[in-house]
Amino acid sequence: MGIHILTLCYLIASVTFILGLKMLSHPTTARKGNLVAALGMAISIFGTIFLFEHRVDGESAHLHNLPLIFAALFIGSAIGFVSAKKIQMTAMPELVSLFNGMGGACAMLISVIEFYHYQFTATPSPNDVLYLTHKLSTLSILAITSGLVIGSISFSGSIIAWGKLRGVVKDRVFKGQRALNMLLLIVLVSSVVILVGITPSVSYVSTESIDPLNAISQTFQYISNLHIYLFYGILALSLIYGVLFVFPIGGADMPVVISLLNSFTGVAAACAGFVYNNQAMLTGGILVGAAGTLLTILMCKAMNRSLLNVIVGSFGGDAAGAAASAEQGHFKEVSLSDAAMVMSYAKKVMIVPGYGLAVAQAQHICNELESILEDKGVEVKYAIHPVAGRMPGHMNVLLAEADVNYEKLLEMEQANDEFKTCDVVLILGANDVVNPAAKKDPASPIYGMPILEVELSKMVIVNKRSMKPGYAGIENELFFQPKTSMLFGDAKKVLQDLCTEIKAV
Amino acid sequence: MHTFLDFFHQHVEIIYIVILSVFLGIEVIGRVPSVLHTPLMSGANAIHGVVVIGAIIVTGQAQPDNYPALILGFLAVLLGTLNVVGGFVVTDRMLEMFKKKK
Repeated sequence: MGIHILTLCYLIASVTFILGLKMLSHPTTARKGNLVAALGMAISIFGTIFLFEHRVDGESAHLHNLPLIFAALFIGSAIGFVSAKKIQMTAMPELVSLFNGMGGACAMLISVIEFYHYQFTATPSPNDVLYLTHKLSTLSILAITSGLVIGSISFSGSIIAWGKLRGVVKDRVFKGQRALNMLLLIVLVSSVVILVGITPSVSYVSTESIDPLNAISQTFQYISNLHIYLFYGILALSLIYGVLFVFPIGGADMPVVISLLNSFTGVAAACAGFVYNNQAMLTGGILVGAAGTLLTILMCKAMNRSLLNVIVGSFGGDAAGAAASAEQGHFKEVSLSDAAMVMSYAKKVMIVPGYGLAVAQAQHICNELESILEDKGVEVKYAIHPVAGRMPGHMNVLLAEADVNYEKLLEMEQANDEFKTCDVVLILGANDVVNPAAKKDPASPIYGMPILEVELSKMVIVNKRSMKPGYAGIENELFFQPKTSMLFGDAKKVLQDLCTEIKAV
Repeated sequence: MHTFLDFFHQHVEIIYIVILSVFLGIEVIGRVPSVLHTPLMSGANAIHGVVVIGAIIVTGQAQPDNYPALILGFLAVLLGTLNVVGGFVVTDRMLEMFKKKK
């Protein structure tokens, strides 16, 4: 009876995941969608704990070790809840990356434990005969190994991505890195093929039909030391590959990598779903895998690059070299009062926010500047580049946090149409997304990325802390153009002073 | 050839689920506005936390004296829960901000 209710629970969960994702892609229903998916998750988790049945000695039994499971659930929930509530919105991409890594690690551990069970089936003790009810089919060993590989890559890769976003881990590029990564991947795939290949497709249907001693000797035959060495070798290789995979990928591409690793974890979850023939895990995992891959491709498109290019491109490394050789031109500075003056007499001001704004926590004061300018009859809008901030849509979240009206946020194409009619463009801590090199200089590492064409406006004011190159490490010729004036200082401080000055005008 | 067909026949349900889910996943988020990319990624991140079910099963099946399996299982459930709870809460926090000003 219970097991039938559980099947129903999984069905409900699968439907809520689909509905949740669907609702998450519309602004009005997004929040509800998230709650719907969370509800489905809760149903499937508690359903599993209380209703799951497995066969021991030919009889069905519920799960045991419940206190341990509840302890883990409680600790995990507490840590997850508190860290998600306390995190600064600017640091949120790091947290998403970290949570993704935890999911990957979970899939990895499941594979390790499942294999561990098989491994110890080989120990000739009467009790262990019970484990022979595990089906050791080609599909399970393939699913276990795939879950292991994908989960481990996702885990170690996400941790490196997290470190990179925090600035703890620097880009590491060395000669022959691409070749090494390729080689590692080939070794990894062939090890998996060998491991699956040397495992014969045998199912132990039940212990009763086989003489126990006979069964033990059969297991000996199939789980040899070679299996064990190969399995843990694959684990180690996957972890190393995850690290090396993310190491050379430069800062500006980190959102793409996180999204890709996100879909990896989805696939790893689906692999674990295969092992248990669990529909909720299967649908949930595959859904995220497919949606995540599509999202990754959409992000790549926003930067006009192919996924392959991002993965093997070692973007940050090349860029560092380019920055060193770029020549410094002349730039001019503008005083606060001059900037305030031009802006208060402008008809239309476009604000281009970047990560610098987020770091300075200046989104609220930015909103204040907007209302002061509007009181003076100036039209204010925001131009949002798809990859502004550290993740696509990150800037929208930050501005929404500061109560900026949704309709004032222009997407890149709209903004590029409107720059012509703007008197002043105020760039707040953005750099690479307004770099004209992306259009003009084929040698530039960001060549081909669509940018905000701010130089179409009458005047550009750039607020930066210093002349240091942006996150991608590339010199920006925009700063040296005659139309451009620099306004140095911390975004928050500068905006506060600007507000005071504009009020006084 | 025979092995392949046999494999296909045995797992036909799973194969159907996988293929349909792939198309569904692509279709469902096909027309998402870029403002929602980050919350969507975060929400999807929470959903793949469903892997915690596998961790619960594997821990619940472990023999009470099988300490390596218990320790690893405990860790797996903990990390999976972190993924689920943290993922949903952080997504909700992001979306809460979108709603406020309307």
